[in-house]
Amino acid sequence: MAMILNDEQSMLRDSARNFMKTEAPVAHLRKFRDMNCKDGFSHGLWKQFAEMGFTGVLIPEADGGLGMGHVEAGIVLEEIGRNLTPSPFLTTSIAAVEALKAADKAMRDRWFPGIIKGEAVIGLAIDESAKHRPDRIACVAVRSGNGFKLSGTKQFVVQGASADMIIVAARTAGAADETSGITLFAVEKSAIGLTLDAVRLVDSAVGAHVKLDNVEVTADAVIGQVDGGWATLGKVLNAGRAGAAAEMVGVGCGAMDMTFDYLKQRKQFGRVIGEFQALQHRAAHLYGEMETARSIVLKAQNLLDENASTAEMYVSAAKAKAGLACNLAVREGVQMHGGMGMTDDYDIGLYMKRDRGLNEFFGDAYFHANRVAQLNGY
Amino acid sequence: MSDLDAFRTEARGWLEANCPPEMRKPSRTEEDVCWGGRAFTFQSDAQKQWLDRCAAKRWTVPDWPKAYGGGGLSAAEAKVLRAEMAKLKCRSPLNSFGIWMLGPALLKFGTEEQKRHYLPPIARGEIRWCQGYSEPGSGSDLVSLQTFGEDKGDHWVVNGQKIWTSYADKADWIFCLVRTDKANKYQGISFLLFDMTTPGVTTKPIKLISGNSPFCETFFDNVAVPKAQIVGEINRGWDVAKYLLGHEREMISGMGSDGGTASLGSGFKEVLADEPVLRAQMALFDVESLAFRAHSERFMDEWKTGKAHPAYSNLMKYLGTELNKKRHEMVMAAGGSSALEWESASSGGGAKARSWLRTKANSIEGGTSEVMLNVVSKRILDLPGA
Repeated sequence: MAMILNDEQSMLRDSARNFMKTEAPVAHLRKFRDMNCKDGFSHGLWKQFAEMGFTGVLIPEADGGLGMGHVEAGIVLEEIGRNLTPSPFLTTSIAAVEALKAADKAMRDRWFPGIIKGEAVIGLAIDESAKHRPDRIACVAVRSGNGFKLSGTKQFVVQGASADMIIVAARTAGAADETSGITLFAVEKSAIGLTLDAVRLVDSAVGAHVKLDNVEVTADAVIGQVDGGWATLGKVLNAGRAGAAAEMVGVGCGAMDMTFDYLKQRKQFGRVIGEFQALQHRAAHLYGEMETARSIVLKAQNLLDENASTAEMYVSAAKAKAGLACNLAVREGVQMHGGMGMTDDYDIGLYMKRDRGLNEFFGDAYFHANRVAQLNGY
Repeated sequence: MSDLDAFRTEARGWLEANCPPEMRKPSRTEEDVCWGGRAFTFQSDAQKQWLDRCAAKRWTVPDWPKAYGGGGLSAAEAKVLRAEMAKLKCRSPLNSFGIWMLGPALLKFGTEEQKRHYLPPIARGEIRWCQGYSEPGSGSDLVSLQTFGEDKGDHWVVNGQKIWTSYADKADWIFCLVRTDKANKYQGISFLLFDMTTPGVTTKPIKLISGNSPFCETFFDNVAVPKAQIVGEINRGWDVAKYLLGHEREMISGMGSDGGTASLGSGFKEVLADEPVLRAQMALFDVESLAFRAHSERFMDEWKTGKAHPAYSNLMKYLGTELNKKRHEMVMAAGGSSALEWESASSGGGAKARSWLRTKANSIEGGTSEVMLNVVSKRILDLPGA
């Protein structure tokens, strides 16, 4: 597959770019932050996402969606990143959809229409500690009558407190560090014994600490196979990681472009600071890093769409590289803005905060570099 | 089956039938590389056979027009061929400054007669070219070059000195930047071609920190060059030079994706198992390496379809050469004291250490990293000049 967007993809990019810039620019994030919104995003905007057709991008056509791939999902995510647009898109339309694709028809019919319409919000309850360790699931689900009882704690469940349903990775067999014996459950927000404590994060996103205290679910709540959730979880993680990487390309490029504009405007010593070679070389280096990140992210998306055996390794490389490059972009961004970069009035600091959140989401650069090593046998 | 799939099947079949098994192993030393030319000594029958077969198939330059000795393949077909060659681990049949640098310049600026005269022998590996650009006083500031061609009616008489001329002692012909107007800095340079056996041309190899001598000093003492041997217009050689530098930078940037598809770390499993910090550095290097490989692929796709920024090869040159230097630092660190051996047979005559030292020139030759960053910041990022 060529590493160039085709005409259809370029049109999608143009419409996503135009939409985010006009409907949900950085000012939109500020508004929701400053009103201390309990959800951290606009339900109205989520409906507009649906009108644009974004919400069903990965949902198969047979289920009423667009049946597109990770390249297209990434195109939308990049524009979300560039504008710091708060939305449930990454968790709901990308990661959760990837899980629900493995579900039976009844469950797909239960959730896909709501996602497509921009009404349903779905959370992902995977992490159990402050760092992303999806291969260590201690949360348990024991058989009980016709169903299961779930107990344990989860954290970093983004938009968890406003979700209609939470996808929970729980252990139905095996020990905490085994990959077999994991099952994915769809737990609805009304479930008894489910507690969601909203926590506002540094980037104004709202996460949740989730407590499961003998939460009863029926057998119908199982997504895919009992004990066989690891393979589905792998797909969810690949989609989420590639998606977060694409969003970081947007965040990094947004921060970079804003910084380059500043270099062309700000004057010191009687000249614009962009004339100074000390800054020019750092700017050019940063541009190279962001461009390289864009390429590996596109490569990973292509491989995911082709179902290639190397996709997993490339996704990790992409998440790592995008994380490193985006982080460089926001650090250089704040530094090159000088004192202005430290003020809340300027947007560059908001980019720095979002980068931190996205770097951590679905595993940081160090986690994924380690994974690249493991997948290469060392 | 699409036409491209059909071509893939055809290409794979041809490569399997025609690429000798010895040519499907990675090159280990400089002797493994085929440069062609009048005086080239083939390292093995297989090396010669592989060049001859590719030349006959016109796949030494698959995407040049057929009229000039190329294979006439489309950009997409050429990409498929490269991918199939990589899959079978086929060595490049011919390394050539003629293919990488002069050829593209001739295709753009040469007359029809020049193209038909110079390109086919390049494609067949019969004439080996070298590049006369840098001078002792003109490195990064190349346009200040002083080698002068005096107009003698039907020819120029060239006097001066070039330096860092790669393989000048082994080359048959040179493409050379010569000042033909002392009053005009940029528009006073011409792009001349001449035979290295012309009276007055002498070369002297320069011994480098690697112990090897891939570069020469090249001296011109009253060298007569016929007027027909100019590429482009008189005094407009800088345009040709800049265009060619783009291709040179594109070529050098390819170094970053050296080493097949495997990760560097996978070749050092035992060492890395006991060295957690080195392992971590290696993992981060492999991330960079995979990312650059993908980036090269995207750049090639954009470059071949005319979508890349004209100055983009400067960025690729910077990224590729810096990554290649890092790669060799990692190889030395993982190799430990074994990698220090300079002459032993077991070290291949100090192959690791010599390669490591050689790579330090990557970010100097063909434009330093600092110059590349200057160009990127001004031409791509549009930052103002000082």
